[in-house]
Amino acid sequence: MNIGVLALQGAFIEHEQMLGALGADSFEIRQRRDLDREFDGLIIPGGESTVMGKLLRELDLFDPVLERIKDGMPVFGTCAGLILLAKEIHEDDTVHLGTMDTVARRNAYGRQLGSFHTDAEFKGLGIVPMTFIRAPYIVSAGDDVEILATVDGKIVAARQDNQLVTAFHPELDSDLSIHWYFLDMVEKHSTKSA
Amino acid sequence: MKNDRFELNKNLAQMLKGGVIMDVTTPEQAKIAEEAGACAVMALERIPADIRAAGGVSRMSDPKMIKGIQEAVSIPVMAKCRIGHIAEAQILEAIEIDYIDESEVLSPADDKYHIDKTQFAVPFVCGAKDLGEALRRINEGAAMIRTKGEPGTGDVVQAVRHMRMMQAEIRRLTSMSEDELFDAAKELRVPYDLVAYVHENGKLPVVNFAAGGVATPADAALMMQLGAEGVFVGSGIFKSGNPAKRAAAIVKAVTNYTDAKMLAELSEDLGEAMVGINEDEIELLMAERGK
Repeated sequence: MNIGVLALQGAFIEHEQMLGALGADSFEIRQRRDLDREFDGLIIPGGESTVMGKLLRELDLFDPVLERIKDGMPVFGTCAGLILLAKEIHEDDTVHLGTMDTVARRNAYGRQLGSFHTDAEFKGLGIVPMTFIRAPYIVSAGDDVEILATVDGKIVAARQDNQLVTAFHPELDSDLSIHWYFLDMVEKHSTKSA
Repeated sequence: MKNDRFELNKNLAQMLKGGVIMDVTTPEQAKIAEEAGACAVMALERIPADIRAAGGVSRMSDPKMIKGIQEAVSIPVMAKCRIGHIAEAQILEAIEIDYIDESEVLSPADDKYHIDKTQFAVPFVCGAKDLGEALRRINEGAAMIRTKGEPGTGDVVQAVRHMRMMQAEIRRLTSMSEDELFDAAKELRVPYDLVAYVHENGKLPVVNFAAGGVATPADAALMMQLGAEGVFVGSGIFKSGNPAKRAAAIVKAVTNYTDAKMLAELSEDLGEAMVGINEDEIELLMAERGK
């Protein structure tokens, strides 16, 4: 299994390390030609969504990435990734990939002083550690979106078909279960399409 | 609920990696920086080149000006306080700054002690020109390190020297036998556990950016190739002919820092770079402040 990790900006190395610990191969996507490689799933890491959104467009990655997601390639977005995949951003006209039926709120917990760590239930995985860094959350989600975790009544993890998003950063904690969950999605998809 | 501020603050620096942090002096410049792809901005009244030109004592910026920038952009906003100036840092924390730069660019307020950064909930980034300085700042609670370079010069030579020095010292620690680490800790004037961390991991325990003298996409790519995890650009952008274009080019150069062909395209038609001053022409070496 080979996972492409969007490496335009942010904490992409941390994701590669998680994948490595689970025995999956990964490579970095920094420009158009990196998409010529074969891969089975995509990770959009944490970082600044404004930077990634801009670079996706200006490095000609936007359309081919969008096409792959629409074709059903499993994608996992953390924090900024959740924002890039949302079909709407709260109080903002910007839409990036917009493939997931969610409304995301940026910097929903305020500035860095609002960043926090907690442990909470993730559907099917039990209690997992959750680190929120200037994090967003999902304000509302469509009927096709399965809610996987909430903290203080706010949606912080969700799935729609082959799209998985978390407002927190599983790549910053040592618990591998959410990456395992994503790889399981990738494997099921690969088997189905094979 | 575990809420270790130091961990959360280190984590924010991890999110900035692979990005460019730009010095801005007005909300308009902050917007230009954000649109150009800055991953954070540093709000200050005067960019280092002007601080250098103006001389005199330079201090923390007016909180009102910083707040104006906080309102203008959605990316993290950093601001500088003087080395050792606990009260300036408290003020910046009170206005909920995302990161405080305890910076040698401003006139030091204390010629012996740095701020005890463990007493703050907001994160600090500090400058360093070698491994000893970096680990001393981390021991005081810095959640991110940057090379000092020589701010406001447009001359990258000192940033290169500091990054090379740090990387060479890290490699030296990595290759030591365990019983040599005690003496290394003594030599570096830092606690043993930090030395042991570098020995085991081959890197600093926090994110390390390059700063001080970066003026072109090529400078930024150079610093990334030398091991920086991201880049601060100060005077280099808003002292140049076409700030928006240069800023955007530097952002892309940091993402694709090993692709010479792309770097060549990015370096085209950027207009005039900041004039800059050479190292041997400067009277004030900011990097010598705060060791």
